[in-house]
Amino acid sequence: MTERITKSMAKNIYYGGGTFALMIFIALAFDTVHQIPKRSNQQNMTENVVAGKKLWEKNDCVGCHTIVGEGAYYAPELMNVYQRRGASDEPTFKAYMQGWMAAQPLDIPNRRKMPQFNLTEDEVNSLADFLIWTSKVDANEWPPTIEG
Amino acid sequence: MKYSSQMVAKPYFIFALVLLAGEILFGLLMGVQYIWGDFLFPLIPFNVLRMVHTNLLIVLLLFGFMGATYYLVPEETESELWSPKLAIITFWIFAAAGVATILGYLFVPYAALTELTFNNLLPTMGREFLEQPLPTKVGIVIVVLSYLLNVTMTIIKGRKTVITTVLLTGLLGLAVFFLFAFYVPDNLIADKFFWWFTVHLWVEATWELILGAILAFVLIKTTGVDREHIDKWLYLIIAMTMVSGILGTGHHFFYMGAPEYWLWIGSISSAVEPVPFLLMILFAFSMSRERKIQHDNEIALTWAKGTAVMGFIGAGVWGFFHTLAPVNMYTHGTQLTAAHGHLSFYGAYIMIVFTVISYAMPILRGRPHGNCKKAQKVELTSFWMMNIGMMGLTLALSAAGLVQIFDQRVGTDLIGFMESQESIEGIYMVRLGFGLLVFSGLFTYFYSFFVKEEA
Repeated sequence: MTERITKSMAKNIYYGGGTFALMIFIALAFDTVHQIPKRSNQQNMTENVVAGKKLWEKNDCVGCHTIVGEGAYYAPELMNVYQRRGASDEPTFKAYMQGWMAAQPLDIPNRRKMPQFNLTEDEVNSLADFLIWTSKVDANEWPPTIEG
Repeated sequence: MKYSSQMVAKPYFIFALVLLAGEILFGLLMGVQYIWGDFLFPLIPFNVLRMVHTNLLIVLLLFGFMGATYYLVPEETESELWSPKLAIITFWIFAAAGVATILGYLFVPYAALTELTFNNLLPTMGREFLEQPLPTKVGIVIVVLSYLLNVTMTIIKGRKTVITTVLLTGLLGLAVFFLFAFYVPDNLIADKFFWWFTVHLWVEATWELILGAILAFVLIKTTGVDREHIDKWLYLIIAMTMVSGILGTGHHFFYMGAPEYWLWIGSISSAVEPVPFLLMILFAFSMSRERKIQHDNEIALTWAKGTAVMGFIGAGVWGFFHTLAPVNMYTHGTQLTAAHGHLSFYGAYIMIVFTVISYAMPILRGRPHGNCKKAQKVELTSFWMMNIGMMGLTLALSAAGLVQIFDQRVGTDLIGFMESQESIEGIYMVRLGFGLLVFSGLFTYFYSFFVKEEA
């Protein structure tokens, strides 16, 4: 097979094909950046949501959990935790979050442990707002079920 | 060794191997914590173990690539390195920064670490694989720039070959795409979108150029096949890499908030991603068959062939399993991703580092014909131990992923994440066992360095 392909042909496929692919990629990336605000309801991204995201990063939550399917696989997916634990109701979910975060680490032998992060009530609410916002992102019907 | 400045590669290789031992050790600790959640808690929570595990991997590969570059560039350009001194200084800076960062992860709670390292000035921390504090990230940029400068200056003044051009392109890409690590939009979805510019375009585009260049170099040296012939193969491989890998980034954009067209573009492009790896197998085996010389360092060629095969299985086959959008709907964010991640990083990147070390290290130690037969035999044993270990570990993780999917995502009788994880415990034991095999394989490999030369 390779006998018929010369070195300069291969070189041209590399430069030509690579440039072509890169240009399509850049064009689509621009389009995606334009579409993300709508798909993620950026108008609802309040100060609390942004503060929640910063807390998410500061405590490296993604080091154990996944969110929109990305992260570590040690702990549950959190994109739809609002539906799963809060029944899609804000007061219910926030109450749940306050209780849950305060109870860590759970005293159950050999269960995987979540550390105590000592967040204030406001911080837990921001984190909840961030998760609520994330749960409404249009991710092409993902996650497939409520169990994540 | 033809050029004395090639010697700077030695500390890079040694340090890469030391970090690899650390990486696997932390992997094993995680494997234990997966089963017994109280293990090491609260001393080292899981996220810290994982950070150390993945960051060590990235840094050790960078050390491996740098060592490989410093070894092969003088020979390819037929001139001494532009500044061996800079290469040594860079080594110490990078090593010190790496060790300090790992110690920071281990001894300072992560939230406190973000405050201590000025993360509020430019928040970049707390994102998967890019957890490094700001000073470390800036340090990486400085180290990579000085490394690029050194390599570029050497290439400019010396002979230009396809291998050095491809290598340099890969290194430039590595540097450019790392810059996205500094861009963290407030919108989580935009953040994730650009995060992949570093993560995917490193692993499935620019690093493959580096891999191709190193593989081609070792094949030229160990088979004596005509350079023109090897160049053509190299171009073909990287052409397929670029054509499939760049738009293949789309397979990460299926279910994270990006538009629908990525479902098609990502599926189609990434279905082609195994092709460059398949070509690498054809490349390695046909060069080996057509070899003009019988190099005494047989194990180096074995590693080269192994890289092609394991890279194909890990990156190609295991990637393809879950890269089509309808399948990924169910596999996204499960242990199948972890299975693919483990075998592809090992097969493509850890093994190319073993390949170049196996070829270059004996020469750097004054053994131009490779290590003695007995040492090579020990090394071959370690080759099989690590390969079988990684394969077993990958199969176990894949089984875990499948159970997860059927527990949580298919049918009506669903159970939750934690309950599902409990049902997988036995499989995680198997995984841990194979992990131990990999670790013993690595120590067998280390032992091969100390086998006495026959008189």
